[in-house]
Amino acid sequence: MSEATAAENAIIRINGIHKIFQVGDVEVRALRGVDLTITEGSYVAIMGPSGSGKSTMLNILGCLDRPTRGKYFLGGENVAEMEDDILSQARGKRLGFIFQSYNLIQQLTVIENIQVPLIYQGVDVNAPEHLKRATDLAELVGLGDRLDHRPMQLSGGQQQRVAIARSLVNDPLMILADEPTGNLDSATGLEVLDLIDTLNSEGKTIVLVTHDDFVAERAHRVVHMYDGQIAREVINKGKAVAK
Amino acid sequence: MIPYQFVYTVQLGIKSLLLHKLRSGLTMLGIIFGVCSVIAMLAIGEGASYEAQERIKRLGSTNVIINSVKPPEDTQGSSSSNRSFEVHYGLTYDDASRLQHTLPSIERVVPMRIIRENARYDQNEVPCQVIGTLPAYQLVQGVHIAKGRFLTRTDERHARNVCVLTVGLAKRLFGFRDPMEGVIRVQGDYYQVVGMLQETGTMEQRPQKGDSDGEAIDNNIYIPLSTARARFGETLVRRNSGSFSAESVQLHRIVVRMKDTNGVLIAEPQILSMLKRFHSKIDYELIVPLQLLREAEATKRMFNIVLGSIAAISLLVGGIGIMNIMLATVTERTREIGVRRALGAKKRDIVRQFLIETVVLSVGGGLIGVLIGILVPVIVSYATDMKTVITWWSVLLAFGISGFTGILFGLYPASQAAELDPIEALRHE
Repeated sequence: MSEATAAENAIIRINGIHKIFQVGDVEVRALRGVDLTITEGSYVAIMGPSGSGKSTMLNILGCLDRPTRGKYFLGGENVAEMEDDILSQARGKRLGFIFQSYNLIQQLTVIENIQVPLIYQGVDVNAPEHLKRATDLAELVGLGDRLDHRPMQLSGGQQQRVAIARSLVNDPLMILADEPTGNLDSATGLEVLDLIDTLNSEGKTIVLVTHDDFVAERAHRVVHMYDGQIAREVINKGKAVAK
Repeated sequence: MIPYQFVYTVQLGIKSLLLHKLRSGLTMLGIIFGVCSVIAMLAIGEGASYEAQERIKRLGSTNVIINSVKPPEDTQGSSSSNRSFEVHYGLTYDDASRLQHTLPSIERVVPMRIIRENARYDQNEVPCQVIGTLPAYQLVQGVHIAKGRFLTRTDERHARNVCVLTVGLAKRLFGFRDPMEGVIRVQGDYYQVVGMLQETGTMEQRPQKGDSDGEAIDNNIYIPLSTARARFGETLVRRNSGSFSAESVQLHRIVVRMKDTNGVLIAEPQILSMLKRFHSKIDYELIVPLQLLREAEATKRMFNIVLGSIAAISLLVGGIGIMNIMLATVTERTREIGVRRALGAKKRDIVRQFLIETVVLSVGGGLIGVLIGILVPVIVSYATDMKTVITWWSVLLAFGISGFTGILFGLYPASQAAELDPIEALRHE
């Protein structure tokens, strides 16, 4: 990725990121100088075998972890040096998460699950405009008639769609999806991927971690990681310039 | 803290607890029993000491009561042949007048003769206490006239054969007939009933020491002291299984009323030293209701401390139970904590969530405990005739402690939850 293509619409800029874990006496160098720029509205897939550092990459991208060295600009701010509380705020405000195992909160209903990120922004979710937003999102993912269901009463595909609605509720800069179809059968997996495609076509930036070529195919850009470094990048022709 | 978020967190806490109804219920039991036992025990204890204090108060807090006591027999004269036939002991009329005239802090001195006799009316014969005393008895003991009047000075001056009965005795003697102006017979003499007294639990209306049957509680006949002296004399003859002994006692009891409560404790040694000078043997005893009251209060304080410690321990146990469950809950919900952290929750949001959950648990348990704790004494006083007094401060205390327990024992699990690494928590199965 050259500096030229990283125009001012780059929402993510990573410069020389290193991550070193101390496991007993052994130093594990999970990331060894990664540079990455992601522009607004793009759809990036991160691939790699286990141990390649893609999970660490995802954690850092998701502001769940801080790099040992290097800079990470999320929407213009250097996240790499943020305090825990501010990092939490950054996650809540700018990022949406989709997990492999949905990770809905069991004691809450569909609509309440969708509202969770708003709660931590100090938003009164029962105010009409916020209630409407959550309801609209539930309808967007096709669960408008199940607002009061609990996760246990939903199928895997439905749960993942609730999770997608939840990731959108705070209108994030970027949605991070970690193997979103990993726990789904191929038919429902396809539905979920289609939904993600739709979101991207509407302008959402998507970063998706997967080891499934079939899933990665849908992205504009596929970043292959190996040994803590970006080994190569592939631009999927015919998709990348769609926007 | 934004109030809205607080409400949300409380709702969330209740939802999370309802997810495991049995577990939450069992956890609450510790607090429920703790709070309930605090309130119930304090109510029963308070009731018991209230009764004791009322009884003492009825003796009169400004009174000093002096009783005649048969002195222990001399060891030298222990063989029965050596003993004189008649035993002289006890308080004298001189004692009464000396007290009245020498101690300035004394308001009234009321001497009494108490004789056990049978009273008759028509076919009825009832064992009772005949009490010869002065009109001032009414003032000193604060007895209530149910009907008619009490003894008067005129009765005293003329040694008239009039009497005042306790309501219970009147009922036993007269049945459904009107006792007023009726005439009863005691030991060959006749007395006209001029009034009736309510039982109020004065010393004369309680069973005496050694009265196991307690029949004398409300079987009292009050007659003027001068009448008692004229009709019964000074000497009482007692027959005990074949042998008989005689006692000569002038006054069985003197009730001294002080002008105020301050005088009571000062007067006590003065009275004692005066009695000592004129009595060769210790044939009297002093009862100071005020002192008894203070002792009762001290006992009550001790009692409350003991109860308080028991309560504190049971609440501690309840609190540890809560902490145990909350630690298990934190482990069980590690994933949820990770998700919430990923979705923007700060550490303090997580602390608040788990803290409020424990507080909901303990305060919920506290509320149920308060209800049961109020119910138990009510049932106890309904089922038995034990008196119970539920004090507002015991309810407040128990409830406050339960809330405090929740916070105290919730802090550790909550901080454990907040300190979890979000990445680890998300990976947790």
